[in-house]
Amino acid sequence: MREKIILRVVSKAFIPFIFLFALYIQFHGDFGPGGGFQAGVVFAAGIILYGVIFGLDTMRLAVPERLMEYGIVLGLILYGGVGIVSLISGANFLDYDVLNAHDPTHGQHLGILLVELGVGITVTCAMTTIFYALAGRGEK
Amino acid sequence: MQWLGLWHYWAVIILMMIGLYIVIARDNLVKKVMGLSIFQVSVIMFYVSTGKVEGGTAPIIPEGGHDLVYSNPLPHVLMLTAIVVGISTTALALALIVRIQEAYGTVEDDELNAIDGAAL
Amino acid sequence: MMEQLPALQVVLPLFSALLCLLIRNKTASRLFSVAVSWGCLAIALILLRTVQETGIISYHFGGWFPPLGIEYRIDLLNAYVLIIVAMISAVVLPFGVGHWGLSIPEGREYLFFCAFLLCISGLLGITITGDAFNVFVFLEITSLSSYALIAMGRNRRALRAAFTYLVMGTVGGTFILIGIGMMYLETGTLNMVDIANRLPLAYGSRTVLVAFAFLTVGVGIKLAVFPLHHWLPNAYSYAPATVSAFLAATATKVSYYVLVRVIFTLFGAAYIFETLRFHVLLIPLSLLAMFIGSTVAIYQTNIKRLLAYSSISQIGYMTLGLSFASINGLTGGLVHLFNHALMKGGLFLVLASVMHSIASNEIDDMRGLGRKMPFTMAAFVLGGLSLIGVPGTVGFISKWYLVVAALEKGWYPIAVLILLSSFLAVIYIWRVVEIFFFREPAAEKSIKEAPLSMLIPTWILIGGTLFFGLQTEWTAGVAGSVANFLLGGLP
Repeated sequence: MREKIILRVVSKAFIPFIFLFALYIQFHGDFGPGGGFQAGVVFAAGIILYGVIFGLDTMRLAVPERLMEYGIVLGLILYGGVGIVSLISGANFLDYDVLNAHDPTHGQHLGILLVELGVGITVTCAMTTIFYALAGRGEK
Repeated sequence: MQWLGLWHYWAVIILMMIGLYIVIARDNLVKKVMGLSIFQVSVIMFYVSTGKVEGGTAPIIPEGGHDLVYSNPLPHVLMLTAIVVGISTTALALALIVRIQEAYGTVEDDELNAIDGAAL
Repeated sequence: MMEQLPALQVVLPLFSALLCLLIRNKTASRLFSVAVSWGCLAIALILLRTVQETGIISYHFGGWFPPLGIEYRIDLLNAYVLIIVAMISAVVLPFGVGHWGLSIPEGREYLFFCAFLLCISGLLGITITGDAFNVFVFLEITSLSSYALIAMGRNRRALRAAFTYLVMGTVGGTFILIGIGMMYLETGTLNMVDIANRLPLAYGSRTVLVAFAFLTVGVGIKLAVFPLHHWLPNAYSYAPATVSAFLAATATKVSYYVLVRVIFTLFGAAYIFETLRFHVLLIPLSLLAMFIGSTVAIYQTNIKRLLAYSSISQIGYMTLGLSFASINGLTGGLVHLFNHALMKGGLFLVLASVMHSIASNEIDDMRGLGRKMPFTMAAFVLGGLSLIGVPGTVGFISKWYLVVAALEKGWYPIAVLILLSSFLAVIYIWRVVEIFFFREPAAEKSIKEAPLSMLIPTWILIGGTLFFGLQTEWTAGVAGSVANFLLGGLP
């Protein structure tokens, strides 16, 4: 679709704002609708829009497939890491109170932030991997 | 007149039946997946509609901590998980349909039965 | 460390599944998943020993007290089913290490083990949790990974079988979700023990009745009770060989566990069997499953389909045991969980060895195999004897308890029917055994005995059918205590 100049110009203008909005949703989950999964999907939508307009090869230059597969594991390690840190500190699995030595409420805040970040990264990379897997089949 | 106050349950039931009917009655595999999706959306509506408390506001404590009536946040949280499950199921079903299209050349159930010689 | 074991039971396979994505080498990923499954088995054994000594284990996830937070609650029934799942996965995963002709496509082995570990973690999660919605979440994890596993079969029909299973399984899971939602409407909580305490206040309302209906139909689809079993023969026949063995031995067992939980813990046996008279529906369906499953199995030409239809009839035995609602009946149903897992797991592993040797699942291609692969075929004969219920094998133990329960209630026709259906099993087992041992083999092919890495897991399971048929203290003893506990006795 790169011949369609309107699509190209408009999407190039929009995609950074889509990513910005995704980051807003990610970190605003405490106070309004939002959180990891929604942010991950919007972020992946931005990436997929880029891939649809500019072609899969250009998309592969910007967002390599291997990176996305490892991104799934990275997000999970972040989530699991929070849980393991809770275990090591002596409390139950995913007990956020122990994450901050002084104030359990801050511990809860930090825990939820990290966990949602992990979820967001995993969901972004999973959605992009699904797109690569399905769209990449037409090339055979 | 109590039936009018329960209109959200009617919406849930109508969507559920439409979804199930599409799954059963349509031969195209993609349409079956769409019917499944409509069916799952009806269940999401069921949960979310039961979370609303009359006169309730969003369940976030404002500055100063007033004594307000809040809607129940738990069904919303449960449905976040259910939406993710629904998306994963749809993605997996579509991936299977892509593979079936490559292996058989068609995604119509009756043509697939004719090729396989049996209803799978 | 000991108190954290309930969380580790699920966390270990769940995180290892995704770490498996990093390991691209096929042998390394298999060895990693074997190590993880043996770790899960060790944890399950420790949990069973702890529950037997100190009583119910309650683990609060995230430090939140139940009923606010999610609770992992392990009593004797949980621990029993955990052992079944962990044991089968620990035996099936090392099967055929070093031999890769087992229907897993080239280059995708690490994805196979990732999906397998996800399935294991989902099954363990359903079993161990004490929160109703958590059951749904883990059920969907199990279902999604098993759809992916089944679709990895060599035959292109595996894709269609996986798709049909997907549609039916999703409808079943969503029915379970509706049932959980209605129970939440009536009680305001999702914790199983709390629901059990609050539900009796709402027994008269229609919501509870509809919730039970939705839950039963949903679990029935996953369990493949008689009218809802359509997905099972195709899914088991076209899946890769080890996947058939694993799913046949675990997925339906865990669904049966969910049904037992719903009936005996959430709703209470008195309400279900005396007020609703549920057994009037379940007993005819179980008898139909027993007979129709065995009868259709007699006419099959594909041996995996034969065993799949035989599974449907064995599930009929399990639900029959449940519908008696007496200690002997429930013991029979629960001990048949363990026994059927051993029998079917072993038989499907035998078929995997045969598939490795002759690359076919048709019974006609297996003429005279008894002479070329003696150990493998001996395992099949022993597993078949157990399916029939010959004394000395585990099949006899389950049928004994079922017949005793039927006689206790005075339902003599049902006892006769149980014995008659065993005769049907004789017919289809004998038909296959006769082709294995008493026909001339197809001439040219050089067929060797299965390698040791395949024989050992097979014989561990089949030997188990003999061992646990003679030494019944562990299985029937535990099942008896569980039945006692569920029906209102002491844990």
